[in-house]
Amino acid sequence: MASVLALDWGNYWQQSIFRVLGSAVFIILGAGTFVIAFLFKMMSYMQSRLGPMEAGPHGTLQLVAEVGKFLQKEDLVPARADERLFKLAPYIVLASTFLLAVVMPFGPDAYFVNLDTGVFLALALSSISVIGILVAGWASANKYSLIGGLRAAGQLIAYELPMVLAVVGVVIQAGTLNLQGIVAAQHSGEIFGWDGIGNPFILTQLVGFVVFLIATQAELAQTPFDMPIAESEIVTGYMTEYSGMRFLLFFIAEFATAAVFAALAATLFLGGWAVPFVDLDDNVMNVVGPLVLVTKMMLVGTLIFWARFTFPRFREDQLQSFAWKALIPISLVNILATMVLKVAL
Amino acid sequence: MTLTESQQLAYANAQAADGRVNVELETDDGMVLNMGPQHPATHGTLRLIAHLDGEQVTSADVMCGYMHRGYEKLCEVRTYPQVTTLVNRIDWLGSFANEVPFILAAEQLMEVEAPPRAKWIRTILFELSRIANISLFIGDLALQLGAQTPAFLAFRDREFVLNQIESVTGGRFHPNFDRIGGLKDDLPKGWVADTKAAMVRLREFCDLMEGLVYGNEIFQTRTRGIGIIPAKVAESYGLSGANLRGSGVDWDLRRDANIGLAYDDLDWKVWTHPDGDCFARCWVRLQEVREATKIVDQLCDGLPSGPIMAKVPRIIKVPEGEAYIATENPLGAMGYYVVSRGDIGPFRVKIRSASFNNISIAPWLLRGVYVPDIIAILASLYFILGDIDR
Repeated sequence: MASVLALDWGNYWQQSIFRVLGSAVFIILGAGTFVIAFLFKMMSYMQSRLGPMEAGPHGTLQLVAEVGKFLQKEDLVPARADERLFKLAPYIVLASTFLLAVVMPFGPDAYFVNLDTGVFLALALSSISVIGILVAGWASANKYSLIGGLRAAGQLIAYELPMVLAVVGVVIQAGTLNLQGIVAAQHSGEIFGWDGIGNPFILTQLVGFVVFLIATQAELAQTPFDMPIAESEIVTGYMTEYSGMRFLLFFIAEFATAAVFAALAATLFLGGWAVPFVDLDDNVMNVVGPLVLVTKMMLVGTLIFWARFTFPRFREDQLQSFAWKALIPISLVNILATMVLKVAL
Repeated sequence: MTLTESQQLAYANAQAADGRVNVELETDDGMVLNMGPQHPATHGTLRLIAHLDGEQVTSADVMCGYMHRGYEKLCEVRTYPQVTTLVNRIDWLGSFANEVPFILAAEQLMEVEAPPRAKWIRTILFELSRIANISLFIGDLALQLGAQTPAFLAFRDREFVLNQIESVTGGRFHPNFDRIGGLKDDLPKGWVADTKAAMVRLREFCDLMEGLVYGNEIFQTRTRGIGIIPAKVAESYGLSGANLRGSGVDWDLRRDANIGLAYDDLDWKVWTHPDGDCFARCWVRLQEVREATKIVDQLCDGLPSGPIMAKVPRIIKVPEGEAYIATENPLGAMGYYVVSRGDIGPFRVKIRSASFNNISIAPWLLRGVYVPDIIAILASLYFILGDIDR
């Protein structure tokens, strides 16, 4: 499958510019949608209030107003901060999100890069943000930030493992690391011999899906795993000293990463851009596919943010023992069961 | 607050250390984390100086007084009726309850007694302010532990109580309604039925919170076995209210030393919890709201008729004498020691507020816990800054 959009499109620079712009659009739209739909509206309705209502119809333009406000703010750097690192940190975090967006497939030919090791790359790239967060925590020269940065580092490393292990089950079932291949495997798969709707891996890998979502929650540092930013303890942790534009970058990165991880979960477990009964190579899927993926993203996003707005937060050591004593054994057992069934069937 | 020399030295050290953020990370005695006076978890201006070893607290000092408003001194230059306006603002979440012990002390000195109807309404308002206070505590507790939604739900349902207080007194936060010898006004029409509807609503709120907050596994892992206060220690630090009852000490001034309020013939229960941890304290408070709604219901049913004001002179002069009256306020035992020299204003007022004693156990309690536990423990001790600093 050669992509019309990416590969046949011209020289290296044209491709690169296309990929950067494309992922920027995906990130800004994804983050914006998640902020408006979940942070502004879903959270408000859960808390029996209306949320922003004034800017635009039903407050839909509130985000534009917020961004305008952040852009106008003074670019503050604390006196004792390591200025260069302080300014660099948000870009590292955002870069990780951008790179993640690049590997997402949206349709049979609608993708930026189609790598044979797509899942592997996505999981590896997602860990880059830890470096940015550590740098932010250290460079702020603030004790709350330092604690937050260290917590984030410990937490993200602990939750990489269950996330990878949860994905391994999917990879074993699909027999490929290629994200397009995983989508195709789900579309043409069968559940113990029944191939009515293909096999969205959520049906056979439910344990993996749950572990993946929990690990995602920790990876995104959202409640109940939001110790790195815990505002009632360490005053938003590594973001304490950031304001204006740089805070906005962190904010975009937070929600864009949520969107990208939702897309990843949708691709791995919910069948990605494909829908049952529609041929995979059908050209119409290049248009419908992205919409299907966004719908599934919103479903996953609802789960993530539902938990975020409901639960209190764990303590750091409780989180670590939860990761090492519960999630990792469960996902290992899941891998074992998947292997046995794969060989037996 | 006088400090010993070593304490002053430690304090100066802590302040100096605060200035050297990067340098002190290399010192071998850990890090000094200065929480407050501006910190979201202190809801006010409490300052906590925590010496950390990694995430573990080696010692913690509580500094209060950033919000000292000098109420005891101000009371000396006010007349008796004016004092209620001031003391309203001590525990600002349950403000009517602050007026009651002072008024009772003044009434004791003047040897007047409020008529039964006034007593009844006083007790109803007293319990309503307890509900208004503690229902917000439940939401705030969840907020401190990271859950945002219960806080908003608490604000929503607390509104029903505030509306009832407002429709009697005219003030949502600072009623200033209690008078020596009775109350300012009688209840408005239809108030009793509305209040009983609000109490039903509040009981639903308690059930909701029991599922959403108290029943949550994460909440329980965060609070069970954290910040345990044994009964002996609780007594020796002079804790009161739910903090004491959460340690298994069955002590409630409403039942044990009731003066001037109408609790005597009611059917209600003082809840205690044997564990003494954060969960126990929070759980006792939840039950306290439930019992308060029951008390209000019963008082509304048995409301006597009659005047709401006893015969008191136009210009109130309290005869010479001393009186100390303590009541079980939302935060714990609150007492007023009033010394009168026969003037129109008190000669001296000493306010024993619950939060000041309750927070005094914090340095003892915070040794060896983790940073997130500081928040859980402070939230469960439940202080109001105005009640600490007065």
